Amino acid sequence: MLELLNGFVVELRNAGLPVSLTENLDAMEAVQHIPLEDREAFKYALGATLIKNNAHWRAFETVFEVYFSLRGSEYRIVDGDESSMDEMWREMQEQMRQGEGKGGAGGSMDDLSPEEIAHLLMQALLNGDQAMTRAMARQAVQRFAGMEPGRPVGGTYYLYRTLRNLDLDAMLEKLMEASRQQVGGEMTTLEERLEREEFEHRIEEFKGEIEAEIRRRLVADRGAEAMAKTLRKPLPEDVEFMHASRDEMLALRKSLYPLTRKLAARLARKRRHGRKGPLDFRNTVRHSLSYGGVPAEPKFKYPRPAKPELMVVADISGSVAAFARFTLMLVYAIQNQFSKVRSFVFIDGIDEVTAYFKTTEDITEAIHRINTEADVVWVDGHSDYGHAFEVFWERYGKDVGPKTTVLFLGDARNNYHASQAWVVKEVAAKARHVYWLNPEPRSYWDTGDSIVSDYGVHTDGVYECRNLRQLESFVEKLA
Amino acid sequence: MTGSESTSPLDRTTPRFDSVQAVRDALRDVDYLADDGIAGVAFLADRLGKPVLVEGPAGTGKTQLAKSIAEITGARLIRLQCYEGLDESKALYEWNYKKQLLRIQADKDSDSWNEIHDDIFSDEFLLTRPLLEAISADDPVVLLIDEVDRVEVETEALLLEILSDYQVSIPELGTIVAKQIPLVFLTSNNTRELSEALKRRCLYLHVDYPSLEREREIVLAKVPGVTANLADQISRIMRSIRQMDLKKAPSVSETLDWARTLMLLNVDVIDEQTAKDTLHVLLKYQSDIAKAAKELSVEK
Repeated sequence: MLELLNGFVVELRNAGLPVSLTENLDAMEAVQHIPLEDREAFKYALGATLIKNNAHWRAFETVFEVYFSLRGSEYRIVDGDESSMDEMWREMQEQMRQGEGKGGAGGSMDDLSPEEIAHLLMQALLNGDQAMTRAMARQAVQRFAGMEPGRPVGGTYYLYRTLRNLDLDAMLEKLMEASRQQVGGEMTTLEERLEREEFEHRIEEFKGEIEAEIRRRLVADRGAEAMAKTLRKPLPEDVEFMHASRDEMLALRKSLYPLTRKLAARLARKRRHGRKGPLDFRNTVRHSLSYGGVPAEPKFKYPRPAKPELMVVADISGSVAAFARFTLMLVYAIQNQFSKVRSFVFIDGIDEVTAYFKTTEDITEAIHRINTEADVVWVDGHSDYGHAFEVFWERYGKDVGPKTTVLFLGDARNNYHASQAWVVKEVAAKARHVYWLNPEPRSYWDTGDSIVSDYGVHTDGVYECRNLRQLESFVEKLA
Repeated sequence: MTGSESTSPLDRTTPRFDSVQAVRDALRDVDYLADDGIAGVAFLADRLGKPVLVEGPAGTGKTQLAKSIAEITGARLIRLQCYEGLDESKALYEWNYKKQLLRIQADKDSDSWNEIHDDIFSDEFLLTRPLLEAISADDPVVLLIDEVDRVEVETEALLLEILSDYQVSIPELGTIVAKQIPLVFLTSNNTRELSEALKRRCLYLHVDYPSLEREREIVLAKVPGVTANLADQISRIMRSIRQMDLKKAPSVSETLDWARTLMLLNVDVIDEQTAKDTLHVLLKYQSDIAKAAKELSVEK
C-alpha cells in the first residue's frame, strides 16, 4: 500500500502537481480511515489531502484512474462485477430478440448487426439507464476499437475508432426524434432545448465510459507507469496559447475569469499598501483632538499614483489570434486598473477596436465582433507588421503621450516585408513604456521570418508569453 | 507527527462519526445534501483532526456546511468573519487595558510592583476573541473562519499555529492548548491564492455547483410544497443556464430563491415566458439576463 501511494505521488509530481512531504504523510494517514472498497471515498480522501487547487483536480483524476483501475484485485473496484455485467448484456439481447419476434435465444453478441447495436444503445440512452450504458460502452470498445496488445498507439486512436463506428451525432438527432414521439406533440423551444441538453449530457457520459474502458484495457496491457506518461496533460495555466486544442481553449477561457478577479484584487491591494506620502497636517490635527490636542498619531498622505494609460496593438492573424484574444480579454477584464485602455488590431491593415468593448459589457461578444467586423486586411491578409505600424503611427501616433504604456502583441513574423522598426523607436521615445509580448518560445525568436529583435531593441522589454502563467505575471508587473 | 503523541489533543477527542455514510445521513437529516466529496472530507477532518479549507463559487453552501456540521454534532458554532485589516486583537485575544488600569489604580498603595505585574496579566484581564474562544472552550465547538481570502497574506500567519497544533501562544501567559480538537472550517471565495503554508495544514474541499440530481434534491428538501416535476424542471433549466458563458453563473441560493418565487407565483410548469420574466431572480447582471433570455428562446 505504502509503495502504491508513493508511486502515485511520484506520478502526480511528474504531472506537475505540487505535493509536499506533509501532504504525502497526511494522505497515508487518511487512507487508513477509509475502507478501500469505497472507491469514491478513497479518491476524495486522496484528493482532499494531496490536491489543494481546484484547477489541478482533472489531472489528479486522470492519474488516479490510471493508478487504481487495475492495481491488484483488491483495489479493482469495477462498479458491479464482471459476471453481472455479462448477465445484463445477455438479458438485453434477449429482450431485443423477443421484441423483434425472432424468439430463439443464444448466440453471442458478435451476431448483432451494427444496426442492432445502435438500437440497443439508443434504448439505453433514451431511458438514461446507467448500468446499461456502461455495459454498452464495454461492448462497443470490445467490438469496434480493435485493440491489439502491445500496439504502440495512444488511447485517442481507439477512442476515435470506437466513436466513428457509433456515430453519436446522428444518435442525438434520433434521440430527439424519439422523445418527440414520446411526448406525442410539439414541444416548446424551451422543452426541446432542455431535452437536447439532457441527451447531450447522457452521450457525454457514455463517451466518458468508453474512455474509461479503453484506459482500463490499456493499463492492463502496458502497466500504469507507461500509461500515466502518455496521458500526462499540461495544467491549464501551462497550456500554450499557440497549440491549444479546442477543449484546452475552453478550459483556458474558464480559468481566465477567476484569474482576472484575483489579479484585480491583488493590484488594488498593491496600489493601496506600502505607500506613505508626506505628513498630512490637517488630518493629524484633526486626530489630535482625541488625545487632548497632542498630535500623538501622525497621519500621512497616501498618494494616489496615476494609473497608466494603455494602448494594446495586437496581431490577430491566424497563428497568434488565440494569444491576442486572451491578452485582450485579460486587459479588459482588469481595465479599471488603468485610466484608459485603447486597443488596435492588425494583420496587414490596422483598425481601432476600442469602441467594440465600450458598447458591450460582454467581452466575448466584443472579441467576436473584432473577428468579424474589424477592418484589418489591406492587401492579402498575411501579417505585415511594417505597414500596420506605419499606419498606426500616421493615424494614432499623436495620441501616444508620456503617460501611455504601449503593448505590442505578436510573433513578429513579418513575411519578409519591410520592418519599419523606426515606428517602434518613435513610439518608445514618446511613450512611458513600450513592451512586446511574444507567444512563441524564446528559442524560435529571430528564426525564419521572425524579426522580433529588430523591434525589440527599441522597447523596454520583450517578454515570452506562451501560457496563462507568463501572461499573468507580466500583467501584474504592468499595472 | 509531533513528538509528543500521547499528549496531543487528538487522543482526548473521541471520533464524532462512524463512517462517511453516517456523515451523509446525518447531514441529510438537517436538510444539507452532501455529495461523496463533502461527506468524505468532513469525515476525514474529524478522524485526522485537521481543518478543512472549503473553496468554491459564492452561494454554493460553504458556510452552510459548517453550520450544518455544528448542528448535527450538537456543537456551538464560533464564527470569525475575515476582512481586510483583521488583526490579532480581533481574531485571537486582547488585553483588557481599562481593567488593567483600574486594577493598578485600585491597589496604588498596598501591593508591591511584582504582584501587580503578575496579576494584571492573568486570565481575568484577557479578552478572548473567536480563535482563542474556540481553543479554550470546554463544550464541543465548530470553528468557522469565513472568507479567509479577504485577509492579507501576512495576517494568514496568525492562523497557522492554531490550525496545525490547536494552540495559542500568549507571550505573557504561555501557551494555551486546546482541551479537545474543534472541527475547523475555513471558507474562501478564491479571490486570491492562499499561501502554501496555510493550504498544507488543511484538507482541501472544492464545493462546486451541484449536479442535476443533487440540485433537484436540494430544491425538494428546501422549498416546501414544490412538486417533483417542477423541481426537475428547475434543475434542468439551471444546468442549461450554467452552461452559458455568463459573468456570474447562478448559485444554489439563487436557485432556491427562484424556486420560492415560482411557488409564490403559483407556477406548476415553467414555460419560456415565465422563465424570461423571472430571470432577474437568478442573474444579477443586465448583460447576463439579456443573454440568457435570448438563449432560452432559441428560434429554430
